[in-house]
Amino acid sequence: MVQRVRASVVAAPSASLINVVGAIVVAYVAVVAAQRIYHGGPVYFAQTLGFGLALGAIYALVALGYTMVYGIIELINFAHGDVFTLGAFFSLALMPAFGLTEGKSSGIGLILPLLGLFVVTMLFCAVVNVVIERVAYRPLRHAPRLAPLITAIGMSTLLEGLMFVWKGPFNLHYPDLLPETQVTIAPGVTIAAKALVVMGVALVLVIALTQFIGRSKLGKAMRATAQDRDAAQLMGIDINRTISATFFIGAVLAGAGGIIYGLYYNSVAAFDGFQYGLIAFTAAVFGGIGNIPGAALGGLIIGVVAAISDGYFAPAWTEVLIFSILIFVLVFRPTGLLGMRVPEK
Amino acid sequence: MTAIRNYLRAHIRDPNPIAYALMFLAAVFFPVVVQFATNGNGDYLVGLAADGGVYMLMAIGLNVVVGFAGLLDLGYAAFFAIGSYTYAILASAHLSVTPIGHAVHLPFWILLFIAMFVAACAGALLGAPTLRLRGDYLAIVTLGFGEIVPRVFANGGIWTGGIPGMSALDVPKLPFWIQGPWVNLPLGLTPDEFRFTSANLTAYYVLMLILITFVVILVHNLQNSRLGRAWMAVREDESAAAACGVNTVGIKLLAFSIGAATSGFAGAFYGAKLSYVSSENFGFIVSVTVLAMVVLGGMGNIPGAMVGAAVLYFILFYFLPQAPAQLEGLATSVGLGSLNHANASGWPGLGEEVSRAKYVIFGLILVGIMVLRPQGLLPSQVRKQELTHASKAELVAVAK
Repeated sequence: MVQRVRASVVAAPSASLINVVGAIVVAYVAVVAAQRIYHGGPVYFAQTLGFGLALGAIYALVALGYTMVYGIIELINFAHGDVFTLGAFFSLALMPAFGLTEGKSSGIGLILPLLGLFVVTMLFCAVVNVVIERVAYRPLRHAPRLAPLITAIGMSTLLEGLMFVWKGPFNLHYPDLLPETQVTIAPGVTIAAKALVVMGVALVLVIALTQFIGRSKLGKAMRATAQDRDAAQLMGIDINRTISATFFIGAVLAGAGGIIYGLYYNSVAAFDGFQYGLIAFTAAVFGGIGNIPGAALGGLIIGVVAAISDGYFAPAWTEVLIFSILIFVLVFRPTGLLGMRVPEK
Repeated sequence: MTAIRNYLRAHIRDPNPIAYALMFLAAVFFPVVVQFATNGNGDYLVGLAADGGVYMLMAIGLNVVVGFAGLLDLGYAAFFAIGSYTYAILASAHLSVTPIGHAVHLPFWILLFIAMFVAACAGALLGAPTLRLRGDYLAIVTLGFGEIVPRVFANGGIWTGGIPGMSALDVPKLPFWIQGPWVNLPLGLTPDEFRFTSANLTAYYVLMLILITFVVILVHNLQNSRLGRAWMAVREDESAAAACGVNTVGIKLLAFSIGAATSGFAGAFYGAKLSYVSSENFGFIVSVTVLAMVVLGGMGNIPGAMVGAAVLYFILFYFLPQAPAQLEGLATSVGLGSLNHANASGWPGLGEEVSRAKYVIFGLILVGIMVLRPQGLLPSQVRKQELTHASKAELVAVAK
């Protein structure tokens, strides 16, 4: 009977055949892309790259939160993308309180309030994310793995719903505070100052995060908990506090991401976050889920790929391409670019 | 009351046969009762119930994947889309505008099975390379697939009708031997009662009832077969199942394909009933809704998935759309009618605000079920025991 069941099943194609097919597809796409980029000329390419890196920096900030949470409790925190949008919404509402209006302030009068806005928004998002963990994930830590995944989707819908109730189904205008100037990086090749600001903020935050994870005591506790929760607990690490801290830091980055997203694109809507979150999650998987430099690198690469696809191919197919990358990575290299093979827990 | 409950608890070990019987009776008498209660204006409700049947079919199919085999599928709507589009392309004038140049009008009854087959093939194609992955990775792959498929249909140009989709699809027609000349004879039936039109939604309802009965019998038999036991073994412990000689990849592939087939089956019906397909109807929210139905009802239990589908469908597609009008009426009758209108300070009006709140309510339902009743409304007996045993083992561990 077992034999019969076996015979009735389509046998899975052997891994090597799949690998060959995958390699051919990737090589073909790379060759076509290289041709188009060559015909497009260097100026257009530099512009595209600028868009891509700015987009990628935002993806990277969001992807870091996904990868940290996944690394420590193996949960896809679907609500993370919506915490990111919440950052944009919350900062938008706070702008008048900080005296930030479009086209009025510049120089130090712009930077100081903006800094304050960043700090307040980041803290707000962090608190929201910690509360989400406390309410929706912690009670289910020993439940089957499907359970927290569904509450994560529920929390995502809930946050989207709250923002929807708050502001409605519209694309909200986000004040255009950053200078519109172009910076010349090579003769004839310019890049928007906005994009540089976005990349700079992301870079500072990512460096701060890696330093924190690598050097501080809490960072050490986080790494230990991610490796082996039980052993970490035996060493006297407060697991709940460490997990809360992970959610806190992830949301700090997402909140900052939300603000720079608003500043860069000048438009935000209640349901943006889910899509962004999924793509950022793809970036995290691409870089190697659980791996912090991997998530940053994955975010940048996905951003550049998206910009090249938008600029040289059809924008309508960009998301199809990105999600195809997701499936490809998981099939051919589930550990991602920088990830290590971890045993199934 | 307590005595009755205790008596029932003591004497009914398995509530499933009763659940089946009650649901079947409710389904058979539903159109009659609705028409009676609404003085013959209940066609809308009967049609809504037929649409709900589509979700019920999908919940039964997803229950095979998630409940029986323990594979998390977050892109289930993709197979639904594939089924619908298969129907739309092969049962409309659409192919005449493509380079093929000839419209294809296959009958609904054959297309039901073609759509099922196409969806099953898509499931097998996606599953073959990815089912080697474990747990969450599979969920991510299916999530990606669920995002890709509607976009491919939206970008498909003339082949899929692009973003507007395809309309004016064929309606089902009964075979000639049922529409025979005897229909007008003393049996008292007129051809209209059998005809599938937008004015005769009861016909769709009856068809849906037959389809669900068919699928439930099939899936129920599968559950009790050797294959069904192999699924549960894989769900509980894949390594142990493999060690016992279960071909785990093959078994999982079958579960995945059978789930996809059910979804494709539902998709063909959906296309025929709506006479229209558009890529916007197959987003992630559909996958999540079906998953929530299965979980709400009780994973791994067929009547559970059906009850979950019925309850959640009622809440999402009847209760919540009605709520704004109901609340506006209530506000007017208690003298707060001014709340119903938008004002300058950003209040969009009570009705608008309530209809916006549907996402909040859906989110709360999802979180609430999982935190308060993770085993679902009508849990599988096996799973229920596992859950209680697990918690006891945990208690012991904590006590030590």
